[in-house]
Amino acid sequence: MMTSTRARWPEWLLRANAATVYAFLYLPIALLVLYSFSGSRFSSVWGGFSVEWYGRLVQNDKLLAALGNSVALATTSSFFATIVGTAAALGISRLPRRSRGAMEALFYLPILVPDIVLAIALLAFFVLVLHLELGLTTMILAHVVFNLCYVTAIVTTRLRGFDQRLLEAARDLGASPWKAFWRVKFPLIWPGVLGGALLAYAMSLDEFVISFFVTGPGSSTLPIEIYSMVKRGVTPEINALATLMLAGSVLLASLSVLLQRRK
Amino acid sequence: MRPTQAPVPGATRSENTATALLLGPGFIWLLVLFAAPIAIVVAVSLARRGMPVEWAFDFSAYARARDPIMARIVWRSFLLGVMSTGVCAVVGYPLTYFIVRRTARVRYLLYFLVLIPLTANSLVLIYAWITLLRPTGLIEHFIRGLGLAGEGTVSILYTPWAVGIGLTYWYLPFMVYPLYASMERFDFRLLEAAADLGANRFQSFWRVLLPQTVPGLATGCLLVFVQTFCSFVVPDLLGGSKTLMLGSFIQQRFLNLPQDWPLGGALAMLMIVVLGMGVWAVGVLQRREG
Repeated sequence: MMTSTRARWPEWLLRANAATVYAFLYLPIALLVLYSFSGSRFSSVWGGFSVEWYGRLVQNDKLLAALGNSVALATTSSFFATIVGTAAALGISRLPRRSRGAMEALFYLPILVPDIVLAIALLAFFVLVLHLELGLTTMILAHVVFNLCYVTAIVTTRLRGFDQRLLEAARDLGASPWKAFWRVKFPLIWPGVLGGALLAYAMSLDEFVISFFVTGPGSSTLPIEIYSMVKRGVTPEINALATLMLAGSVLLASLSVLLQRRK
Repeated sequence: MRPTQAPVPGATRSENTATALLLGPGFIWLLVLFAAPIAIVVAVSLARRGMPVEWAFDFSAYARARDPIMARIVWRSFLLGVMSTGVCAVVGYPLTYFIVRRTARVRYLLYFLVLIPLTANSLVLIYAWITLLRPTGLIEHFIRGLGLAGEGTVSILYTPWAVGIGLTYWYLPFMVYPLYASMERFDFRLLEAAADLGANRFQSFWRVLLPQTVPGLATGCLLVFVQTFCSFVVPDLLGGSKTLMLGSFIQQRFLNLPQDWPLGGALAMLMIVVLGMGVWAVGVLQRREG
C-alpha cells in the first residue's frame, strides 16, 4: 500500500538510530568482558586469551572480605525488607481507597529521592542523632529503607489483581483468617514476594552511594572497593571483577523479572 | 449463620488491628529512618557550621550557597542535565517507535535489551566508559585512526563531554521506559488514516503521533532531568575535579575537608525542591491524560 508507507517514518533512519543506540549500550560492556580475558595489561591491545586476572581476584583478600560484607549486607537487608515490605503491602491493600493512595506514595518516596540526599540524610541521622558507630549495622539499617520500598511496590502490583471474594469464600467454608491467608492468598502472591526479595537482594548488592556514606572501617563492600580501585587507576583486575559482578546482577534481575511475570 | 455481608463492629475492630499490625513495622521504619533523617537535613542546613555542626539557628549556609562558585556548579549541573535529557529524548523517541512497531516477541526482546544495563552496577558501567575514554583508550585510537587528532593526547575523560556521555548512557532507559508505556497504547491505524486523508510524514507525526505521546515524553524528560541534575557517581568518576557537579560537591562537603555540612544540606534542599517540582509536573500531566 502506498499510503501506509507514506505514513511511517523512513525505515532506514529508524534502523540506523536503533543500531547506534544498541551499539552504544552494549559496546562498552562487550569490550569490558573481552578485555577481562586478555593477557595484556593494556586495554587497547589484545594479549591472547587468559584467565590470569580472575586468578588474581581469588587471591585478593581485601576483595574477598568486601564480597563477604556485600553478601552479608544484601542477605540481611533483603530478608528484613521482604518480611516488612510484604506485610506493608498487605496492610496497604486493606486500607480504604483514599488513604491507600497516600500510603502507596509514602512507600514510593525513598525510591524517588536522589540517592545522594538519602545518603547524607542517613549519615547525619546516624552521627548526630543516634550516635551510632558507622559500620555494617548502619548499612543494614539504611539498605532496608529502600529495599523495603521495592518489595512493597512489587507485592502491591501483584495484589492489585487479587480477587478479595476468594478469601471470603474460604472464610465461608470455615477457614480461619490465618489459614485462609496461607492457603488462598499467599500461593497467589508468592511470585511477587520472591521477585521482590530477589530485586532487593540485587539492589543491595549493587548499591554504592548510600553504603559509601554510612560505611565504617572494615565494612567496605564490593562497589566501594571498585570505587576506590577506579579512583586509584585502571587495572585489568577490575575488568575481571566488573565482569563477574555484571553477570551476577543480570542473572538476579532476569530471575526477578521472570518471577514477576509468572501467572 | 455466619454473617457474610455487613461485619459486626467487633470484627471491624479486629480487622483494623490486623491492618495496623501489617502496616506498622514498615511505616515506623520509614518514619524513623526516612522521614526523620530528611528532617535532620533541613535542620542541618539551618545550623551553624562546626565539627561537623553546631546546633544554633543560622541562615548563613543559604548565603554561602549563593556564592558565584556555587552558582557555576549549579548552572553546570543544570546545563548537563538539560543536554543529556535532550539527547535521550531525541534518540529515545525514534528508538521507542522502532521497538513498538516490531512483532510482539521481537518488541519484548528489544525493550528488555534497553533495560538490561540498568540492572548492572553503575560503577561497573562507568568503569567501562573510563577504559574507553581515557588517553590510550579505544576512542582515542579511533579518533587518531580517522586522522582527526593533532599532536598530544586526545583526552575526553575528565571533561564535560565524558560526563554528558556517561549521563546519557546511564539514564537513557529512564527515557524509554515511560515512552514505551505511552506509545504501546497508541493506535497506529491513526497514522494510516492521517495518510489516507493526505497528511505527509511530518504532518502525521506532528499532528497525530506526538500529541498522543507527549505525556510519556514529558515524564521521561522529567525523570531523566531530575536524576541527572542530582547525580553523583557519574560526574564524580568521569568528570573529575574540573567538571564538578552538584552531587559531587555535596559529597565533598560532607566527607572531605573542608567539611561544611550546613552548605551540603542547603544544596540537598535545592535537589529536593527540583524533585518536588518534577513530581508535581508529572502528576499534573498524568491527571490531564486521565
